Parts: sequence; structure tokens; C-alpha cells
Amino acid sequence: MRIGVVTFPGSLDDRDAARAVRRAGAEAVPLWHADHDLAGVDAVVVPGGFSYGDYLRAGAIASIAPIMREVVDSVARGMPVLGICNGFQILCEAGLLPGALVRNAGLHFVCRDQRLRVESASTAWTCDLTEGEELLVPLKSGEGRYVADAATLERLAGDGRIVFRYLDQNPNGAQADIAGISSADGRVVGLMPHPEHAIDPLTGPSADGLALFTSVLRAAASVA
Amino acid sequence: MTSSATTPATPAPATGTDTVERAAATPDHVQPHRELGLKDDEYARIREILGRRPTDAELAMYAVMWSEHCSYKSSKVHLRYFGETTTDEMRGRMLAGIGENAGVVDIGDGWAVTFKVESHNHPSYVEPYQGAATGVGGIVRDIMAMGARPIAVADSLRVGAADSPDTRRVLPGVVAGVGGYGNSLGLPNVGGEVVFDRSYAGNPLVNALCVGAMRTEDLHLAFASGTGNKIILFGARTGLDGIGGVSVLASDTFSGDETGGGRKKLPSVQVGDPFTEKVLIECCLELFHAGLVVGIQDLGGAGLSCATSELASAGDGGMRVDLDAVPLRASGMTPAEILSSESQERMCAVVRPEDVDAFMAVCRKWDTLATVIGEVTDGDHLVITWRGETVVDVPPRTVAHDGPVYQRPVLRSESQDALAADVPDALARPSTPAELRAEVLRMVASPNLCSRGWVTDQYDRYVMGNTAAAQPADAGVVRIDEETGRGIAVATDCNARFVALDPYLGAQLALAEAGRNVATSGARPLAVTDCLNFGSPEDPHVMWQFEQAVHGIADGCALLGIPVTGGNVSFYNQTGVQPILPTPLIGVLGVIEDVALRVPSGFRRAGDAVVLLGDTREELGGSEWAAVAHGHLGGRPPAVDLAAEQRLWDLLADAAQRRLLTGSHDLSDGGLAQALVEACLVGGQGAEVALPDGLDPFVALFAESAGRVLVAVAPDDLAAVLELAAAAGVPAARLGTTGGDALAMGDLAPLALSELREASEGTLPALFGSTVH
Repeated sequence: MRIGVVTFPGSLDDRDAARAVRRAGAEAVPLWHADHDLAGVDAVVVPGGFSYGDYLRAGAIASIAPIMREVVDSVARGMPVLGICNGFQILCEAGLLPGALVRNAGLHFVCRDQRLRVESASTAWTCDLTEGEELLVPLKSGEGRYVADAATLERLAGDGRIVFRYLDQNPNGAQADIAGISSADGRVVGLMPHPEHAIDPLTGPSADGLALFTSVLRAAASVA
Repeated sequence: MTSSATTPATPAPATGTDTVERAAATPDHVQPHRELGLKDDEYARIREILGRRPTDAELAMYAVMWSEHCSYKSSKVHLRYFGETTTDEMRGRMLAGIGENAGVVDIGDGWAVTFKVESHNHPSYVEPYQGAATGVGGIVRDIMAMGARPIAVADSLRVGAADSPDTRRVLPGVVAGVGGYGNSLGLPNVGGEVVFDRSYAGNPLVNALCVGAMRTEDLHLAFASGTGNKIILFGARTGLDGIGGVSVLASDTFSGDETGGGRKKLPSVQVGDPFTEKVLIECCLELFHAGLVVGIQDLGGAGLSCATSELASAGDGGMRVDLDAVPLRASGMTPAEILSSESQERMCAVVRPEDVDAFMAVCRKWDTLATVIGEVTDGDHLVITWRGETVVDVPPRTVAHDGPVYQRPVLRSESQDALAADVPDALARPSTPAELRAEVLRMVASPNLCSRGWVTDQYDRYVMGNTAAAQPADAGVVRIDEETGRGIAVATDCNARFVALDPYLGAQLALAEAGRNVATSGARPLAVTDCLNFGSPEDPHVMWQFEQAVHGIADGCALLGIPVTGGNVSFYNQTGVQPILPTPLIGVLGVIEDVALRVPSGFRRAGDAVVLLGDTREELGGSEWAAVAHGHLGGRPPAVDLAAEQRLWDLLADAAQRRLLTGSHDLSDGGLAQALVEACLVGGQGAEVALPDGLDPFVALFAESAGRVLVAVAPDDLAAVLELAAAAGVPAARLGTTGGDALAMGDLAPLALSELREASEGTLPALFGSTVH
């Protein structure tokens, strides 16, 4: 399986995402922001960072980059896409996921090992996990507070589209403790914490994050 | 950098540019050299070198390059001692040393590592966020200028008393600046310190360290050779920021009116753009990889003046530069301003003519502005033109390297005797178990010993996926080679209170502590960088402190056999006539063959033996206890025995390599009590320990004797560790066992980890605001 990892100018965790993809057993394919070509990949990871400096609203410029047009088109055909941190912000700005990520309630950048609860194991990126399972994954963001209007929140909860919730202390004031959500078909997932930094206890707090990357391999296999 | 008042001298020639031709024709034209910080004799020397008066642009170049910051004019005579004490063996692993942008050491397997620490103190007081941010940016470009990929940063911060109102302005701004810039670059922040002391109230220290890695064959040095090679300026545009004192040269334009001439005079603290720097990093690395760079130099202090004169004087020819080609961000800039601008995120490369197109293509890919601004010539002068006229024509060495050298008066003040005589022996000490327990809790919550989480939780320590240890670990450990696991460990330290009591020993104690932290993580110390922060060099006692500290570091390094590969001097750190505590910050870099062998910080498992390595003596002079309990600083610092220190380091590295240690923690500020508390909190395990035999419990808990480390050892490995220690001649005593959810020390009632955690973690959020909610 070939999984594309997008690099925008200002992307930071693209190498880490590619490493996680390889560790999961897939081929990592670098995708460049200015290209109009997804190089025939089977899935895409939009990694963390500060795309184009994020001097406008986080993710706003990246959401209209040439490569994102291709990603949006492919999502319509059911391609799995994972947005991590800045990638989550970009997917929201691109309209692939509802709601928005705003400045942390504490107004500071927060880097911590965050406990999460898996709320949905029926997405393309969580099918190797089980509902109710707890993960320990790094969170590192300044604009990670998930917000949406009441109707959207109700729909997300009702449709089982809240994928991850923060456990213990809510680190950024996110509504309903939301750490990650999915599209209606479960193919697109965005989350603020960084599963690609939790693939090896040597360099992260756990290896819990690897399951997101192995999940998409299984999802692809079951579709094929 | 200070901004001078605009004192009108005789006005510059009424119109037009001050060219070399005009300078030769108007020898009596009065120039504002004093406002630019040049002494009368320095100005006379410039006239002597040139055989005429300098042009405005030349005067600006000499003024900024001959400043203390750039020329090391007060420290040079002392810094020579580092060279004199470096043996061939110590030089053996150095691929580049002092004088380059940063020192480079060979760490084996074809990998080289470069690292350096630099100060950005004064700007961080004026504008904490931007001062700290651009401090990070500057040191990262220094590392890139060696051809390395930056792989980690660490920041050592020193600010005024924790409860003073101005500290609430300075510290949050500095931390946000370090984080805002460093986080955006994608460099893990793996270490550093935060120290509060009222001597830093009007003069905080922001010392930023960066580590870079490269294949040994990719080392790039800053020089411009090869006649006809092109000089390419790339990165951000050049603007009016960071110009400082040089603006007096434009006083006719400004006329004291900020909007005069349609321009706004910008503050002298530079403004950073981390996105541009991030892109510049990737662009540089791609240029290096493609072999398109002959020489490279970053633009930091003194901007183009520094980059062009240093590149030219390190090369084998002259250089011609056309200022009209420099992309500007402001209109109407004078040649002097263009040369002095400290606009951030700029680099200068020397490129073969046939590679220019390929170079430009890489820059276009990264949307990085790049412009050919000149070329290497077969002459021996740096010639700079502007609008068709020559505004600079100088021998580049005279600007970059032949600045003034001062032998400042050095005098040990009598106050030093009074300080030494003011021993802590008579200070009231807690003695009953209940008093000692209360003292432990008070110390744990004190600003210099409490959890640094409020600061370090604002820094990304994970990015790049190679961080095997980061704060609050003893040292940051970063993997360099994913195949072999080879990596480095880095730590910075300086207990300035010890340095105040005895600058020679205090500097050696800083060296010992930084090296010990690296060894505690399982790595072998390999090289040293320093950032020497002191008061005014015009104060003979400060110069005595400086000389003593330099000798302490150099002699210590010679004893330990590890070289100082580079560093930075920051003088004039004082408020009025009151200097800061002398702060020679030491950074030590170590190598570890496989980061999987690193020893985790603290107690990680239950049921392991707690062993104290090293001797404890009644040493409380300059201790954190004396400061917290009595506001006292006096007496003698702890003794230093570098031979014993080295035996300890070797033992730790050997034990780590044999996987005999399940955890470790260095003893420093706050002594054994604090080290035990931290080991429990960091590792999440309690412990039950007896206090070392033959010592008063108070001394056992709070003395700050050097050369001590706590290790945790699985029961099956205890005999092996004790045997290794005995063979190495390192005192080792089993104090107790890990486990449980409390720390029990001697006769003191157990301290629940929850109680300790609350004491440790509550202090900084209470002072500076919560980071969560």
C-alpha cells in the first residue's frame, strides 16, 4: 500500500508521519504542496506543522493549495485521509470535516503526553483499535481547541463521528473534550494529538499511535 | 546593542552619497564616531588603516565589527588561554573549532556534530518575545552555516526574582518567544534551565543552544575563494530593523522625526519570522546536498558588514559587492543602513558561476528570494558600490579580525574576601525530623527547585521523532542515525552562586555538572561550548571574575581531555553599576553509541536498589538551602575533584552500556533531598531510603557536594554495579529501594508523591498563570 504524506512549506512532522507509515508496513510517498498530482497513492496523511507559517488562520492557506484540491477530489471517491494537528486544521478549513480549531483556552502552546479514549473504532484510521481503549499520545499545539455549533456537535455525537476524546484534564478547552472527529463515511479523520510521535517507546510516550497507521492498511485490504 | 541618542555632529555633506572619492577629498569632515561606540583612538586607527577618513558606510562597518559583541576586544587576550591549553589529543576529534561559526566534532560512523550556545540577553530585556525568538533564530543559522541540519535546541534562561513584577513581564515573553520561534522551526527543545536571581532583574540572560548533525564530508566553512565565484544573498529582504546606533549616520534624514522622509525608524530589537527561517533551513540543506555551495555565512549581528568582511577575509582574494542588488524592505535606505541592518533569516553563499542557475532553481522551489550581489575578485580589498559609486574600499581583515585588543585592568576586589569569610555555618538549621520534612517541602516548592513544567510544556520536544530524552531528564538525548541508533546527549549548566564565591572553581563546577548530566544519561562527554555572561569589562573585578572563569574552564577541560569547541562572550550584563552574578554557562555534548542504551531519568521501576555514587561533605556555601532559608550567599563553594568526576562519568557510561542501570539522576541544587524528590516524581515511583552514614541528617539532605549521582539498579545487577564502582574508585552506598507512592527518607515521616507533586508543580503556574485553561 502507498500512503502519501503532504509537505507544505512550514510542515514539520512530515518526516515523522512518513516514518510511522513505513513502520506500519506501507510505502510513504512524499507529496509536494504545489503539485496537482497524488502520484496514485491509496491514502493521504496531512501532517502537523505551521503550513505557510499559519500567519493567517491556521490551515487556511494550505486548504486551498494545489495538492489539497486533489485531496478533496479523491475524498469524494472514498480515499482515506488522516489530518494530524495542522493537518486537522487544514481538513476543517477545506470543508472535509466540520467545525474549527481555535486558540487554546489557556492561550499558551501546550506540549504534553495526553491520554485519549477511542470513541469510534469504525473509521478507516481506527479499525485496529477498540472502542473505549485508552491511548497515550503527545499533544503539541497552540490552536487545538475544537469548536462547532450545537447542531454540529449533536450530529457528530449522534452519528458516532467523535473518534477521540481527551481524558483527565481537557488540555485546550475543546468542546465535549473532542480530540478527533471523522467524516460521515469514516474515511476522513482529523485529530489534534500526534499518533506519529507515539510509534516507539524510545522516542515517544508509548507505541499506541501506530494502530492508526496499521488501521488504514486493514481498511484498504477489506475494501479490496 | 544600544541605541545612541541622536546628537547632530557636523552635518554630512549636504547631498549625495559619502563615497570613497568624497572621503579622500574631505579629510576634515567631522564624523559621529563616538555615537557609534568607537573611541577616539579606534577612529584614528581606522583613518590610519585607510590612509583617509572612512566613508559613512565604512565607519558603520568598522563601528559594528569593532564592537565588543563582534570583536571580543576585551576578552580576546583571555580567550587565547583556551588555545594554549588544548592538547593535540583534544584537537583530535575536532573538525572545526573556535573561530568558525560553530565547533564541529567527529562522533563516529561518519557523523559529525556541531553545537554552540549564544546569548541574546539585552534584546530580551527590551522586548522579551522577539529578543528570545531571534536568539533562537540566530543560533540555528550559525549551525546551518556549518553545513549541518539543526536537530535540537535548548535554552538557558536567567531572570530576576520570581515574585518581582518585571519578571512577570520578562519570563512569559521570553518563554513564548523561544517556543513561538523554535516550535515553528520543527526543532525539538530538549533541555535548558530557568534560574531566578535578583541580580538578573534588569538584565535577564537568554542563552540559546543549537545542535546540528551532518556527514563528515558535508562540512561547510565560511570562506570566499575562487575568483569569479558569485556572492548570493538569500532569505528575507533587508530592512531597517536592528540597525541601532548606526542610525545616527542618517540623522540628516531622520531629523528626529520618525516619519521624516516617509520612513519610520524601527526599534533596534529585530523581529523574527520563523516560517522564513524554516523554509531557509530546508532550502540550505537541499543546496548543500546538491553540492552547490562553496562557502556560506549566516547574517546575524552586524548583518552584511559581518558576512561580507568575514567571508572575504577567510578567502584567498578580494570581493566586490553591489548594494543596489540587495533586495530591500524599506525605501531610501543608505549604504550604511543596508550594511548594518540585522534583518533576520538571511544567509550569504559563495557559488561557482556555473552553479548559479541550479542554486536559483532550488531557491525558487522553496520560494526563497535569492540575489547575486557580488563576486570574488583577484584583488585584496572588499569593494562595495552603490549607485555606481564606491562607498567601501577596505582590506577585509582589518574589519573582521584586526579590531582593537584591550588588556583591561584585572583586580580581585577586597569584597571577595568578605564574601568568602561570610560562611554559612552559623545559619539556623532545621534539626528534628518534623523540621527537616517541612524544609524539604519548602525547598521543593521554591522557585529555583520547583517543576519547570510550566516553561517546558510550551516547547515541542517530540518533533523529528528522534528525542530519546528531554527535560526534565538530566540531559537531552537525540538519535542521529536511525539505523545504528547512534546519538548525542547535551546538557547546559551553571550555578552562578558558586561562580560568585570563587570564579575559577565555580566555572569548573559548572563544567563538572554539565558533564555529569551527560554521563548520567549514559553518554560519554566529548566536547564543550560556553556562553560567558559577565558584567562590564571596564570593571576590574568583573575582569578578574572573567579571567578566573576562563582559566577554570580551560584547565578543567585540559584535565578532562575534552575540548572547548566554541562559544560566546556577553559583557555589560549589569543594571547601573551592579553586575549580574558571573554566569559562565557551560554546554557539554556527549556521544552514545545507541540511544536505546540511554538511562532514563529518575526511578522507573519498583523494587530496584537506590545507590548513591560519590561522597557527601558538609558543603553549604552558595547552596540553594542557604538562599531559600536565609537569603544567604557566602563562604566557599563545594570542592571540585575533576579526576574523581571523570571516574564517575566513565563508570556511568560503562554501566549504561552494560544495561545495569534502570534509572539515574544527578545531584546538584538542593542536594540529596531534592534529587530523591525529582527522581521519584519524574519516574513515578516512590522510594524508601536511609540517609548516608556518619552525617548529620541536615547535611546529608541539603549539602551540595559535587560528583554525586543517584542510580537505580535491578536487584540482580546490584553486585555488578557495586563491583564496577569499587574498581573505578567511586564511592557507592546503597541507600534503599524504589517503590510505593511515597518517599521515606531516614527518620522523616514519609512524603506522599501527591504531596510532593503538588508542592513542585504549583509554584510557577501560581506566579505566571496556568497553561491549561
